[in-house]
Amino acid sequence: MKPFTKLTSSAVPLPIEDVDTDQIIPARFLKAVTRDGFGENLFRDWRFDKLNQPKEDFVLNNPTYSGQILVAGANFGCGSSREHAAWAIGDYGFRVVVSSYFADIFRGNALNNGILPLVVSPSLLDEILQTIEVNPAAAFTIDLEAQTFKNETTGTVSTFDIDSYKKTCLINGYDDIDYLLSQSDLIDKFERERIDFSLK
Amino acid sequence: MPKTLFDKVWDAHVVTEIPGGNQVLYIDRHLIHEVTSPQAFNGLRRRKLPLLRKDRIVATADHNVPTINQHKPITEPLSAKQVRMLTENCAEFGVSLYGLGHPYQGIVHVIGPELGITRPGITMVCGDSHTSTHGAFGAIAFGIGTSQVEQVMATQCLLLTKPQKMRINVDGDLAPGVTAKDIILYIISQIGTGGGTGYFVEYAGSAIRALSMEGRMTICNMSIEMGARGGLIAPDQTTFDYLKGREFSPKGKDWDEAVAYWSSLPTEEGAQFDVELNYKAEDISPMVTYGTNPGMGMGVKEAIPVSSEVHNKASIDKAMKYMGLEAGKQLENHPIDYVFIGSCTNSRIEDLRAVVGLVGNSKVAEGVTAIVVPGSQQVSKQAISEGLDQKLIAAGFEFREAGCSACLGMNEDKVPAGKYCVSTSNRNFEGRQGPGARTILASPLTAAAAAITGRVTDVRELI
Ligand code: SF4
Repeated sequence: MKPFTKLTSSAVPLPIEDVDTDQIIPARFLKAVTRDGFGENLFRDWRFDKLNQPKEDFVLNNPTYSGQILVAGANFGCGSSREHAAWAIGDYGFRVVVSSYFADIFRGNALNNGILPLVVSPSLLDEILQTIEVNPAAAFTIDLEAQTFKNETTGTVSTFDIDSYKKTCLINGYDDIDYLLSQSDLIDKFERERIDFSLK
Repeated sequence: MPKTLFDKVWDAHVVTEIPGGNQVLYIDRHLIHEVTSPQAFNGLRRRKLPLLRKDRIVATADHNVPTINQHKPITEPLSAKQVRMLTENCAEFGVSLYGLGHPYQGIVHVIGPELGITRPGITMVCGDSHTSTHGAFGAIAFGIGTSQVEQVMATQCLLLTKPQKMRINVDGDLAPGVTAKDIILYIISQIGTGGGTGYFVEYAGSAIRALSMEGRMTICNMSIEMGARGGLIAPDQTTFDYLKGREFSPKGKDWDEAVAYWSSLPTEEGAQFDVELNYKAEDISPMVTYGTNPGMGMGVKEAIPVSSEVHNKASIDKAMKYMGLEAGKQLENHPIDYVFIGSCTNSRIEDLRAVVGLVGNSKVAEGVTAIVVPGSQQVSKQAISEGLDQKLIAAGFEFREAGCSACLGMNEDKVPAGKYCVSTSNRNFEGRQGPGARTILASPLTAAAAAITGRVTDVRELI
């Protein structure tokens, strides 16, 4: 997993609520058997028309907006458990998604792929979107170590929550699997000692 | 302190707790399918790790399979490749596979319960968000991403923070024509697609207790549609009667011991939940969705709201544009083009019986394509032995072979752009049933009613 420590970037606004995983990556693109190349089909049906021509009114096709931060409406990533959604976002080049809250499975998938799902208050989300509206090139800085988010235009610095274990994983690029493997003695003991009523 | 069902099952599976509050949770059962497993198997190979517990993992092919001529090779090359990879991976790692052609093949959430793989008191995961279905048995069951699929393969454990607890009580009696699907669509319409985020939900109350296992599975299935991590229902005699004698259910003395243990699981009087919601069964009417997420639902007689408690005007306007509908107007009597009866929400034998019962001697309306896709080979076999297939075909339905089908349109079964489909599945997201497809979620009864009238119909007027 790619480590994440600090990032300063402009941001891409997607002020839509309940963006579901079928929009992030439609089911027909889930036929791949590797993790690569999903960025091409990120937001496929919002991005391209039936003839595969870019839709001009969609933000990813607007050269005014760019950057490694995606700023989205509440409940981002609801729907399916497909990790392909996180792969598509990462493969496209985003490292951070900012929203007022995330669907649980998506949040976990993002963290497992070195993408930071950054939760901000609804009012801060509005402020960020306004800043981008005024200046599409406006920069934001995320410092994971310090757990701070800075709007470089207004100078406001806010802190964000992240659980300490996940933070360590992101900073060092560790997977959960590394940690779980280190616990194999305990897992083994658990299996031997428990009274397994449920599985007879 | 009195404990909840959720706490009892969760706490019994915690291997250890780590600083920061995460817990290592032991997983009893792991189901896999062709779409979300190939990258996990690749991961094991890359790290040179074995599959830790072959006896706790079961595979099937469902998402990508054709529902016509399943005995022939899959024609779509990418689907064929994915299904072939599953077969090869399962062979290499020693996983039991109920693949195409196997009498146990079917939608992963249909076959788990019908084989008795699912049972009370266990933890169960699958790389699929509707794993919540299995919670109907009093199991902790939830969907996971592919990285986690790999973790469970390698360690039989996951690192998780314990979710909060919500209880949703539905008391009273359902009116005729109102089903489990209507209950869950009603609940989601009240709390929205994010209302359950961060929670594990226990469904309780007399209306839930009165449901069959099929109905309970329909409810738990859609827990994810309100953002909940999962849903569960206390095991009781209905649960035990369903499980008794199933392929992998305990037998003899083991059965008696298991039932004694399962009977100790229900939430105790006075146990605390972080949130508790109460609904009355009498307030629920046959439901339909009008928009592009499962929270955009209403009673079939109601008018589409301009805005609601859980959806602002911008969201509804966006949905109306996609759906070709108008806020403020009714959806009842709106013409429809397709009817899809299937998916892990409503493709069990009880659903098919309900459809046949309602259709009777009527015919599918002119111009409507109506397909019935049983959830599994076993459901299909049962339907055929009861003559349901012949009755459906005589009425003008297509009777297909088992799979996910038009629920997500990964195979050939898609709804064309701009067409309206009344569907018994669980998601009406933009493009879910095919690019541009317009989905109206409903119960099997409401879907059957639409098939014969060619319009969105209040099923109560046909019974
Ligand atoms: S039937 Fe639909 S919701 Fe259920 S597992 Fe298949 S694709 Fe997912």
